[in-house]
Amino acid sequence: MDTIQSILNAMLREAVSPQTAAVAIAVIGLNIHFGFTGLLNMGQSAFMLLGAYGFAISITHGLPLVVAILIGLAAAFVFALVLGMPTLKLRGDYLAIVTISAAEIIRYVGRSAKLTDFTGAAQGIPGSQYRDPFTKLSPFGNGSTQLMPFNYHDVAGGAAWVTILGLVLVAACVTGIVAAGRRLEGLTRNVAVVGLSVLGVVLALFLAPVTNQNTGVRGWWFTGVAWVLVGLSTYAVYKLVTSPWGRTLKGIREDEDAIRSLGKNVFAIKMQALVIGGLFGAVGGIMYVLPATVQPDSMGRSLTFFCYTALLLGGAASIFGPVLGSLLFFVARAFIIAATNAYVPDSVMSTQQTSQFAFIVVGVALMLLVIFRPQGILGNKRELRFNV
Amino acid sequence: MKSRIHGSGLPLRGGGRPVRKRTPGSADTRRWVGGLVGLIATLLLAPLALIMSASPAGAVDVLCAPKPGESACISGTLRTETGVLPNVTIKVTPETGAPLTATTSETGKWSVEVTQEGSYTVTIDEATLPKDLVTTGEVVVKAQFGKTSPALIEIRTQSYDASTSKVDELIQSAASGLRLGLLLALASVGLSLIYGTTGLSNFAHAELVTLGGMVGYGLINVQGINIWLGGLLVVVICGAGGWVQDRLMWQPLRRRGLGLTQLMIVTIGLSLALQYSFQYIVGAQTVRVLIDNPTVHKIGPITLTNQSYVAMAISVVVLAGVGYALLRTRVGRATRAVSDNPALAAASGIDVDKVIRLVWTVAAALAGLSGLLYALVTNGIKWDSGLQILLLLFAAVTLGGLGTAFGALIGSLIIGLVVELAPVLGMPGDFKYATALLILILLLLVRPQGLLGKPQRVG
Repeated sequence: MDTIQSILNAMLREAVSPQTAAVAIAVIGLNIHFGFTGLLNMGQSAFMLLGAYGFAISITHGLPLVVAILIGLAAAFVFALVLGMPTLKLRGDYLAIVTISAAEIIRYVGRSAKLTDFTGAAQGIPGSQYRDPFTKLSPFGNGSTQLMPFNYHDVAGGAAWVTILGLVLVAACVTGIVAAGRRLEGLTRNVAVVGLSVLGVVLALFLAPVTNQNTGVRGWWFTGVAWVLVGLSTYAVYKLVTSPWGRTLKGIREDEDAIRSLGKNVFAIKMQALVIGGLFGAVGGIMYVLPATVQPDSMGRSLTFFCYTALLLGGAASIFGPVLGSLLFFVARAFIIAATNAYVPDSVMSTQQTSQFAFIVVGVALMLLVIFRPQGILGNKRELRFNV
Repeated sequence: MKSRIHGSGLPLRGGGRPVRKRTPGSADTRRWVGGLVGLIATLLLAPLALIMSASPAGAVDVLCAPKPGESACISGTLRTETGVLPNVTIKVTPETGAPLTATTSETGKWSVEVTQEGSYTVTIDEATLPKDLVTTGEVVVKAQFGKTSPALIEIRTQSYDASTSKVDELIQSAASGLRLGLLLALASVGLSLIYGTTGLSNFAHAELVTLGGMVGYGLINVQGINIWLGGLLVVVICGAGGWVQDRLMWQPLRRRGLGLTQLMIVTIGLSLALQYSFQYIVGAQTVRVLIDNPTVHKIGPITLTNQSYVAMAISVVVLAGVGYALLRTRVGRATRAVSDNPALAAASGIDVDKVIRLVWTVAAALAGLSGLLYALVTNGIKWDSGLQILLLLFAAVTLGGLGTAFGALIGSLIIGLVVELAPVLGMPGDFKYATALLILILLLLVRPQGLLGKPQRVG
């Protein structure tokens, strides 16, 4: 039971982690690219890395927080323009090729020894050098808080049946969210999804209470801001794609020529989508590095593939898909790593190999998802038949 | 030029750790589902795992982990233009206090842990240097807590002439560029043919290149098979891998009517899975196919290893063979016909699936050959070598025109030359791959169909 409890705790820590939220924001941006517009952006990690670099370098050079964030966003904005200019008039794979190459180039340049004074080369910029202005904004003060003072220890002395019943209820919540997301329509759906999510989170915290510092790295201040940003981003995307502009996006995805014949400037609209999705990527990148370091190698191709797997898992071209996908993705990954570490003996798979094994599972999962369930959990199959 | 590699060599840790063979899942309800998993597991990993199970000689590196707020590390690798230097004493002197010493490991690496921030002077104890070597002085590094500061000290053989003329340098780099270009061409012709016949941009193609190098390492280094026989086996195994890949995965997916975008994401998942499978089986270090010293040969101002000359000759012969086959044989004409218009080709009696199967087989075999040669002429191959190669391959293929085999050839040569010549012409070495991308972006702006592509609407 202790092993199970520790695996549960590891999963939940991963679920509430600000970095999961950060990736969710980047996936929301990728959803605008891939899900709604059909742009194959294979370099979302570069948008994140540029946002992070812009932000961190500005702060280490003494600029105020707001300016630093703006510079991070500006870097992603320029990157989107540079990539979009030559490729958005061409067939879709050109954008894929150019973005995946450009993302690698950004990483190479970032880790170049020539730029050690700015980017810290391969070692990156340690978080302690740029985190302070953000930490100082925290209204929570010092100390630490357990999120659920009332938890499974308080019911029947933390007996096994409490945990099992709780797990069943959490599973029911997730199933409910999925069912609501797919069956219901409009406002009822949104209310049901949000309500069940809150219930699920409370239950999960009841089962595996998380104690965190209020303000420190990975503390409640970071976590709270990250998840509020996820909520705001989801709302912004909802407003964007239900606007006339959003309908044009879907039109471009389905039939570019038809939209062009209606007199729309397809190139400009695609460019706007690329820029907006990229800006979400930059915000995600800034949030991603705040509790960590700006390390170019940790924000490479694999991160983009994580984003795609999360997006396709949750359901591309859906509003809640990216958030659900990121959550499930990271929780599942934490589960694979924790469970293989706990149950597979070291003689079969060493600790180092478990993380590689998790990557292999991600790759295979991405393939199987695209082949068997391209619409993911919440998506609509008809919306994902497009071809670029 | 780093054309000679010293015997003491790179770390060759490999097997040692037991390898887990993955067995195919139980999904035999749909035949090819099992095939898909089985493909990755049995055909790519299991043979590789078997090959790797013997363990080559090992060496452990000196490690220094700086603790934040407590200590800092200063480390470096001692190497000359001919290789790394083991057992040399390094002296690290702080501004105040007693000097620290370190000795370089088998791989030429050394590191020192210091508990004081500030400037340190790093010098080499000349007495411990092998004869005929001179240092070019000392370096000063700044130590920062929680960080590892690199210290680079230049050492040269006395006979080494650093003052080669710019022209000689250009010719030497052009030769290396040609070498890289030819190796890229082997892989990119296949990538381009796959694109031409199926419309698929195969993001996992560079992993097929890595696979060639890895299988070569397993057969020739670990199992000790003769290089020529081993090389032949690598090509055969990789070709078979391509055949199986198409038979079990791509053909069923084509029949299923999966869109090209979706197929492209499948190749991306495959590339991720393959990369980490390599790391899982072989480990994260660079592995080499041959351990002994390659000998160099000088032709005029060009100094390359004998292996490089042979590799270039093999590439030229194989590429010429592929070109001849495409232009003069029935199969080649059929391939070009399918490339041009699959429906029309099918209507005129060509078995399109057969042609595509052949293209996958040949492309994978060529990629494997390219990977083997790449591992031979450079310092070796790593699980993520494909990352760099993929970038260059796509730049080459797009530059030449997506889907044109001869365009890929020309594009590869140009990209190879650009990458190797850029540092000579003043581009910092770290950015040499960026030049390739810059050219790609500029070309897409003015001539999106590539050099040899047909000027049709590609929007």
